[in-house]
Parts: sequence; C-alpha cells; structure tokens
Amino acid sequence: MTPLTPGEWQAIWLTAKLAGLTTVILLILCAPLAWWLARSTSRLANPVAALVSLPLVLPPTVIGFYLLIVLGPQGAVGGTLEALGLHHLAFSFWGILIGSVIYSMPFTVQPLREAFAAIDTRLLDAAATLRAGTLDQFFNVVLPLSRSGILTAVVITFAHTVGEFGVIAMLGGSLPDETRVVSIAIYDYTQALDYGAAHRLSAVLLGFSFLTLLAFYSINRRVMSPLRPR
Amino acid sequence: MLEGDLTLRQGQFELRSGLFALPAQGISVLFGKSGCGKSTLLRAIAGLDKATRGTLRFQGERWQDGGWHLPTPQRDIGFVFQDAALFPHLTVRGNLAFAAQRAPAPQRVDALENIAACADRVGVTDLLDQPVTTLSGGQRQRVAMGRALLMQPRLLCLDEPLSALDWQAKAELLALIDRLARETGLPMLFITHAPQEVERLADRVVFMVDGRIARIEPLHQALARPDSPLFAEEGPVSVLHGQLSAADADGLRHFGTAQLTLRLSLPDDANLSASRLRVLARDVSLATAQPQGMSILNQLPATIVAMHARGRERVTVVCQLADGQTLLAEITRYSCSALALQNGQRVFALVKSVALMG
Repeated sequence: MTPLTPGEWQAIWLTAKLAGLTTVILLILCAPLAWWLARSTSRLANPVAALVSLPLVLPPTVIGFYLLIVLGPQGAVGGTLEALGLHHLAFSFWGILIGSVIYSMPFTVQPLREAFAAIDTRLLDAAATLRAGTLDQFFNVVLPLSRSGILTAVVITFAHTVGEFGVIAMLGGSLPDETRVVSIAIYDYTQALDYGAAHRLSAVLLGFSFLTLLAFYSINRRVMSPLRPR
Repeated sequence: MLEGDLTLRQGQFELRSGLFALPAQGISVLFGKSGCGKSTLLRAIAGLDKATRGTLRFQGERWQDGGWHLPTPQRDIGFVFQDAALFPHLTVRGNLAFAAQRAPAPQRVDALENIAACADRVGVTDLLDQPVTTLSGGQRQRVAMGRALLMQPRLLCLDEPLSALDWQAKAELLALIDRLARETGLPMLFITHAPQEVERLADRVVFMVDGRIARIEPLHQALARPDSPLFAEEGPVSVLHGQLSAADADGLRHFGTAQLTLRLSLPDDANLSASRLRVLARDVSLATAQPQGMSILNQLPATIVAMHARGRERVTVVCQLADGQTLLAEITRYSCSALALQNGQRVFALVKSVALMG
C-alpha cells in the first residue's frame, strides 16, 4: 500500500480536530444538561430529552439541510453574521463544528444521564451535611462516581464524530483543510474511481475505530474496578 | 434549644410535627413505629428536603421560615445515615478528609491531626487506607460517625444507624455513641424503633405517631407511664441509673447510688463503665416484709406510689426506691389483693434478674 499523501494527512488532522473540539464542547454543554435531565421532575424534561435525541432518528441530511439554511448567508445566524461584517458559516470549519455538536449530542447526553441517574441521592445528602454546596457536590462526588459514564461519553462522542458524513456533506461540502474530513475524502475518491486511495483511508478509519473501542473496553474495566465490591 | 413546627408532604405521607421544643443537649431519641415519620422529621430538621415548610430555630438561629430555608451545608449538622452513605470512590481516610477539609477554618488547619485523632476515637485507625466497599456494616457506621464528627457539627442526627447490624456490632456502637455523647457534649437526635436502644441511650424521648410528635418527655417519665409505647415488646421496663463499684469479697459487684445498692454477678466481659441497668417489671416481685431464707440477692426497700391494671389479671405497681428512682413490678391482681397493697405502703422489691446496658 502506498503511503498517505499530504492531502490525506490533512484530512486526518482535520477529522481529529473536529472530533476533539466537538467532544470538549459537548462535555461542557451536556454535563449540566444531563444532570438536569437525570434529576428534574419538570414537565419540560421529556420534550427536552426528545429534542436532544432527534439526531438519533433523523437522516443526517435533514439536520444538514436545516443547518445549511440557518447558518448560510440568508439564514438567521449566517445572515446576522454577514450583517455584522463577518462571514456566514456554511462551507466552513465552524459550520461543520456546530453541525457535529448537534449531531453527536445524544451520544454525550445519554451516557452522562445514565451515570448521573445511577448516583445514590443519599450520597449527595451526605455531602450536603458535610458542608458541600451544589458545585462542590458535582465536582467531588458526582463526577468521580460517573467516571465510567464520562469515559463512555468521550469515546462514543469522539468516534461518532469521526464517523460523521451526511451532515458535513450537506453543510460543509469538501474544502481542503476546512471541511474535507476523512469520510468526505473517501467519498470523493470513490466518486473519482480512485479505489486505491479510498482503500487507504477506509483502512485508517477501520483501524482507528477498532483500536478506540478496544482501548475503551480495557480501560473501562480498570476505571470501574475500585467501585466494585471485592 | 431546637424548636419549631414543620410540615412535609411526601406522596401519600404527611409530616405535621406540631409545635415542639427540644433542649439542645444530651441524646433525644425519636421513637415510633416504622412509617410514623421519624426519618422524615429528621430530614426536615437537617434541611435535606426542599418541600419542607413551617418554622425551625436552633439556638435562636433561623433554619426554616415558611418556604425559606437555610441550606443544609450552612446548618452545621452532622448526619449519620441508616446505610452510612459513605463515598464509594474514596478510602476511609478520604471519607474522613472530605469532612475535615470542609470544617470551619480554625479546625481545618489541623485537619490531618484531627483525622488521626477522630479515627482513633471511633476505632477505625487500622482501616484508614481501605476502600469503604470492603468494610463490614459496623465498620461503615463507625466511619460515618467519625466523618460526621469531623465536620465539627453543632447537632448530630443519627437515622437508625444500628438497624442493619448484628447484635454485637450494635452493642459496640451503642457504647460508642453513648461515650461520644458524654465526651463531646454534642446534642444528638437518634432515631430508633427498638425500645432497648431508647433505654440505653435516651435522655429524653420524642414519641412519634402518624406523622406528628405525640409527646416529648425525659426517659424516666416515659418509663413511669404504664401504657408507655416503649413497653410494647417485653412489658413494662425500668431503667436504674448508677455506677458500678469493684467486686466485693463474694465476687459480686455493687451497682447504684449513695442510697441504693444492687449486688450483681456479672460476666467477665461486662462493660464496667456502664451506668444503666435494665429491669423487666415481670422480673420484680413484691413482699410486705423482708423475706428470710431467699436466694434472691436484691431485696430493695421501696414505697408504692401508684398501681395500674394491666389487662385483666395483672397489675403494674410503680415503686419509689430509697434514692427516688422508679422501679416497676408486675404482679397478679390476685397477689395485689391478697397482700392488700395500697399507695404509700412500704414494701420490699425482690429483683430476680437485671441486664447491665453497655
């Protein structure tokens, strides 16, 4: 097999950057959201949960289409940016980053929500009697006890973003160093009947995905072990 | 003083404490059947349930006023939960440190020293570096007590901390709680549905029925009522307070006060600092004159102060001992009329058996 070309390395780096940023942003956004979903008795909880889960059932093209409208030059967001003298977000890295955040959100919220819901509320009561306020409880009781759920959220979110195609194709097109991630590059190669190059990149994604999941299952067992009764 | 009037609705259950005032000293035991609202009241006092309404003041400080409440972290309440509620991701030391690091500033400076001293006090020094998931039930509760003490509370709440323990761990922890209460002078609220734990620990008893506080009274008063809920299991019981002295020439130990002495034959492992003796009324007989030729060691002069029918055949006789303490005797109605017992009459109480508590 021939070595990867600079353009392909560029696509891999872009993919990693997109998935990494998406994961970080989603962890920060979804930790409070998942906490609220896990604990709230509000009537809004179910509609919000449904809304967040929409990307699980919608074709990526639908999400990509709406985002293209909203973030494009005539859209609510893109148009406002243009009016402010900035550039709209369609066919840009920031555009596909927003798309990835929305598209991968259920994969972050769900494991976090399950981990948070599994925490015995008496531990939080105990922490409160020991003078721990809400934030103190969250960082020193909830997060350490949710290690496994957080790890799951990180791995699944990252891997899912790496595997994203439809939203980016709709919203980002295929601009080198801007929106041409590995999955788009593979599509382009296939369209151009360059099967050798498509093979190379596909093998990279296949290998990456398998190794990620393998590492995940090995680490998860170790991370969880202190919490298991011996 | 802990005083107020709290209400809290939880599904079908409703707590309506009614106006109460508890001295902030010694051990107050919340007693009642399961489902009567003991835990709910304790949680409301600790501010752990946001739906709590009403008023609550501790030492004049406002803790609850209508819908307003002082958040739990600011109430300085140590809380020992039924299942200990230790943090499973921390070691024993980590659990203790969690409390020590959040203690008020002056004590926080010596956090490390405090942890060591506290671990020693509750008997978990050897366990400090173990994960809490490996501990036995009794050990978990010891850690929970240590953790609650390390946060430097002004009030310690214990929600049935012994209910899941075997009898030996239970006895050890009762002794520990009793000792801590005396050594620290920390006011405690202790929940139980076991009369023996009330008799062992209580300075006063808070009787709860159907979500309200039925009455608050000192232990000796609670035990002087012939229909006391504490008597539901084994019939009327008396608790005598006193000190143990060294064994006499016959190998018997003397228990009592200046005007009252009981001679006891104790097992070798008895707790010699115990200060309470439990006497079942059915183990006490009465005689109008001091009997001769009897194997019963303890024949205490007493005065009858009241008599209460107990069922159709039996009578509970309330006797006052030489030092003023109350001793109950349960005799048959037949004996009562055969001996022509009357209030004010001087008799001898023959005590067949006692149990040293501790």
